[in-house]
Amino acid sequence: MNKMFSGLLGWVDDRMPVVSTWEKHLSKYYAPKNFNVWYIFGVLSMLVLVNQLLTGVWLTMSFDTSAEGAFASVEYIMRDVEYGWIIRYMHSTGASAFFIVVYLHMFRAMLYGSYRKPRELVWLIGMAIYLVLMAEGFMGYVLPWGQMSYWGAQVIVSLFGAIPVVGDALVEWIRGDFLISGITMNRFFALHVIALPLVLVMLVFLHIVALHEVGSNNPDGIDIKKNKDANGIPRDGIPFHPYYTVHDIFGVAVFLFVFCTVIFFFPEMGGYFLEHANFEEANNLKTPEHIAPVWYFTPFYAMLRAVTSPFLGLDAKFWGLVVMGGAIAILFVLPWLDRSAVKSIRYKGWISKVALLIFVISFVVLGYLGAISSTPGRTTAAQIFTLLYFLYFLLMPIYTRLEKTKPVPERVTS
Amino acid sequence: MTTDNVNANRRRFLIGATSAVGAAGAVGIAVPFVASWLPSAKAKAAGAPVKYNLSKIEPGAMVTVEWRGKPVFILRRTSEILETVTQSEGFLSDPTSERPQQPAYAKNEYRSIKDEYLIVLGVCTHLGCAPKHRPEPGSVESEGGWVGGFFCPCHGSKFDLAGRVYKGVPAPSNLAVPPHQYLSDTVVLIGEDGESA
Repeated sequence: MNKMFSGLLGWVDDRMPVVSTWEKHLSKYYAPKNFNVWYIFGVLSMLVLVNQLLTGVWLTMSFDTSAEGAFASVEYIMRDVEYGWIIRYMHSTGASAFFIVVYLHMFRAMLYGSYRKPRELVWLIGMAIYLVLMAEGFMGYVLPWGQMSYWGAQVIVSLFGAIPVVGDALVEWIRGDFLISGITMNRFFALHVIALPLVLVMLVFLHIVALHEVGSNNPDGIDIKKNKDANGIPRDGIPFHPYYTVHDIFGVAVFLFVFCTVIFFFPEMGGYFLEHANFEEANNLKTPEHIAPVWYFTPFYAMLRAVTSPFLGLDAKFWGLVVMGGAIAILFVLPWLDRSAVKSIRYKGWISKVALLIFVISFVVLGYLGAISSTPGRTTAAQIFTLLYFLYFLLMPIYTRLEKTKPVPERVTS
Repeated sequence: MTTDNVNANRRRFLIGATSAVGAAGAVGIAVPFVASWLPSAKAKAAGAPVKYNLSKIEPGAMVTVEWRGKPVFILRRTSEILETVTQSEGFLSDPTSERPQQPAYAKNEYRSIKDEYLIVLGVCTHLGCAPKHRPEPGSVESEGGWVGGFFCPCHGSKFDLAGRVYKGVPAPSNLAVPPHQYLSDTVVLIGEDGESA
């Protein structure tokens, strides 16, 4: 039996690089031995991606893509389709879980300088994944065709109308109609279930290929390839398989406990994962009292609303769009803003630590402000935290160079 | 492969020519994909003008008519209401309707063909929410007192009863006046100008 298997493997391996691929990416991929809990979120992102793909395919089997039938078909999935409720809740909770693990994954990179040379491309591909993910989240939220689906789409699509000259034509082109209609929803459906998932899977593949080319960073930010033994194996590295595969099973199990608890007991998460206004069918003549995006967009939504005055003859709305876009765009150039001599926060000076703390607070506060209705006082608060958000990045080239860093050890610490 | 006797110039020309033809082809094939996102013939037909008989509206009342899936507010203004429009003037960001938010025939103090009927799109110029008709004086918190108008619940934009935007609110411009014409004294056609018809 064993002989037959190795014979078959040999036959395939002569025609396709099975063994060498397995070794390069798993059994002989040496990851630093000092990974901590922050390093679980990459694996969890992959897990949630598989969850989204699988449940998504099943949802399309019962979903009606017409404006007249979409809302009712979601109720049909929830009530009449066998186990439809759990598949839908896995998908809707999965969307929020995706952003939770991706935000923590990105924070890990900021914490330990994982975006620094030679991992700039890993970071850039990761940012592209984040962009596609936001588009997926937005378009997917339109599909249940509830009030918040409809008016959320209305607000986001009309943002493009703020672009001078071409704005109005662009909005009409995106909608394919004079209002958000079934036509708009159908194209979002096509992008959500076919085009963007293909792009997403391809980007994830490239993210991993690029990572494995340069090797993983670690909490000390030390290059483990600098210290190899006689066989050319990093002294501080351990093979990804079996060490981290087995290690990650535990993290996956813990995650699934939390994930299932949400699915079973809090699928709406108090209106943050599924907003209450979305239990009412879309009505183009009636705006809900309070429009808020899903939680993972609220920090950027708060920034959009924070811009209230026109500038250079262009509307406040246009500058709001610019600020919102800039808040995401500035993340792309992070690898070139950080000029510190060290990668990890462990060896950076106190200014970097305080700055990162301020950044996290700003992001969380903006997220809260974006979820609640605006008042003049809250708008002022949003303006202050938007400024802090940008200052974190804009001042980074200065404070990372000025501050005194601690010496980095030769070998990773345990 | 030998590289002797290679005509580098001819090779460069052929690469350039092939690339140019390929690029032209790529642009050509992009046209149907991009253009198929434009409103279809069916969507355009559904966006045809709508007729409304104004005599059905009580003085001081407002009705909402649907045109191209957007709410069109028709407010029958009494002389008291027209009075409030004059009072709000000082708090407005574009009181003389300089911005192109209306056809030329509605670029006047009351932003209408006939003073009595205000016809505006019920779509907030900020992010497209539907403003609420709040005619009761004092019902909305406002500098200088609220004399009645439209209030957008999404982000707090305020408009007077001629659809003109207040200063210091997120909405950048006045509510849009859709193209419209009177077919008779009491019947209005929304969605089409008199001139172009």
